[in-house]
Amino acid sequence: MTRLLREVFSPALEFVRNFGAMVLFFVQLLRYTPWTFVRRFGLVVGQVYNAGALSIVIIMVCGLFVGGVLGLQAFANLERFNAEEATGILAAFALVKEIGPVITALLFAGRAGTALASEIGLMKATDQLSAMEMMAVNPMQRVLVPRFLGGVISVPLLTAVFTMVGLLGAHLVAVELLGVDVGAFWQQLQQAMDVEDVYEGIIKSIVFGVVASLLAVWEGYSAVPTAEGVGRATTRTVVATAIAVLILDFMITASLI
Amino acid sequence: MGPSGTGKTTLLKLIARQLYPDRGQIIVDGVDIATLSQRELYELRKRFGMLFQNGALLTDMSVFENVAFPLREHTNLSDRLIRLVVLPKLHAVGLRGAAELMPSELSGGMARRVALARAIVMDPDILIYDEPFVGLDPISMGVIARLLRRMNDALGISSIVVSHDIKELAEVSDRSFLISDGHVVAAGTPDELRNDQSDMVRQFMHGLPDGPVAFHYDAPDYKQQLLGTHK
Repeated sequence: MTRLLREVFSPALEFVRNFGAMVLFFVQLLRYTPWTFVRRFGLVVGQVYNAGALSIVIIMVCGLFVGGVLGLQAFANLERFNAEEATGILAAFALVKEIGPVITALLFAGRAGTALASEIGLMKATDQLSAMEMMAVNPMQRVLVPRFLGGVISVPLLTAVFTMVGLLGAHLVAVELLGVDVGAFWQQLQQAMDVEDVYEGIIKSIVFGVVASLLAVWEGYSAVPTAEGVGRATTRTVVATAIAVLILDFMITASLI
Repeated sequence: MGPSGTGKTTLLKLIARQLYPDRGQIIVDGVDIATLSQRELYELRKRFGMLFQNGALLTDMSVFENVAFPLREHTNLSDRLIRLVVLPKLHAVGLRGAAELMPSELSGGMARRVALARAIVMDPDILIYDEPFVGLDPISMGVIARLLRRMNDALGISSIVVSHDIKELAEVSDRSFLISDGHVVAAGTPDELRNDQSDMVRQFMHGLPDGPVAFHYDAPDYKQQLLGTHK
C-alpha cells in the first residue's frame, strides 16, 4: 500500500520539488537582473540580437500567413451576413489579443528557447559554467541573466512585429485578393479597437516572454549534463512553454474580461 | 594519485568548493573554505587557477579571448596590455600561432594547453590540475610537465596535480599522495612511494594486475552469468 501510494504520488512530489527549485532559480535571476542590466548591458543587447533579431524572419513569415488565414476565415464567415467589411476587426482582435502573443511565444520557444536551453545545457555538460565559477565569474550574471533578459525583451517586440505583419497579411487577403473596401477595413478596425485591447496583448506578451525565457534558461541549467540530458531539456523547453503559455493565456483572458 | 573512482576529482572539487563538504573542514591557505560567503569565495578563487580534465574552454570565444577572459572580467586593462599578457602565456604552451582559432578547431591536447594558459593568466597562487597529461602527445606532455615545474619554482605557486601518469608526476612533484577508497594510503616523495613495499602502493606504482585494488568491478559469478542463471 505504501509502495502504491509512493508510486502514485512520487511524480506529483517530483513536480512540486522541481517547481519549487525553479521558483528559487527565478528569484535568483530577478536578484541579479538590475546589476546585470546596468553592468552587462552589452551582453543583454547581444542576447536580444540572438533571441530576437535572429527570430524576426520566422516571425514575419508566420505572421503573414496567420494573418492571411484569419483574413480568409473572417471573410468567408462574415460574407454570409453581408458583414465582410468587419474582416479587419475580427483579424485585428484575434491577432492583438490572442494569436499574436500566443503564437509568438510558441515560435520563440521553438526557435530561441530550444537554442538557449541546449546552449546552457552544453555549457554545463562541458564544464564551462564550472570553469567560470573557478575563474570567480558568476555564471548567473555572465550567462543566465543576460539570456533571460534577452528573451524577456525580445518576446514583446517580436509579438508587435508578428501582429503588424499579421494585419498586413489579413489586409492583403481581404482587401487585395477578396475585394473588401480598404477604407472600411481599416476604419472599422480603428473604431472598434480600444487601447485596452492593445494593453491586453502587451500584458500577455510580457508574461509569455518571462515564462518562455525562464523555462528555457531553467531547463538548460537543470539539464542532466549528458547528450541525452541536453536533448531532453530541449524537448521539455518546448512542451513546458506551450502548456504554460496556453494555461496563462486562459487565466489572463479570464481575469481581464 | 589513485585508482579510478577513488575520489581524486571529488577531492579537487572540494578544495575549490565546487562541492560542499558534508562534514569536516577544508583549510585552504589557512581559511576554512566551507565557511566563506560567495563574495569571499570568489576573492579566494581569483588566486586559484584550475585546469579541467576536458579543458572547459568557452566555445563561443577564440583561443585568445578564452585566455583573456579572466583579465577582461577582473581587471580594467586596455586591449594592448591584455595582448601583452595573453600572448606570452600562449607562447609558453606553444599555441601563440593558434590565438585566432576557435575551440572547435583544436585537438583535445591543444584545448588542454589553452586551458592551462588561461589558468595561469592571472598569475595565481594555487594551481589545480585535473589529469593535465591525459590525451597529450609525448612532446606536449614533457613540455607541459616542465612548464608546470618551472612555474612552481619561478613564481612560487603551489600546484595540486591529479594524475595517473606516474612517470611524469614523479618528475615534477615534491610530494605525492596515494588515495584509495577516500583515504590517503601513502604519502611521500616520488622515490619514497616507488620504494614503498605495501601491497597497495606496489600494485599502483608498478601497474600490477594482482593486488588489493581489484581490476574488475563487483560482478556475480562469471559462469552463472554466462549461462543466464544470473542477470
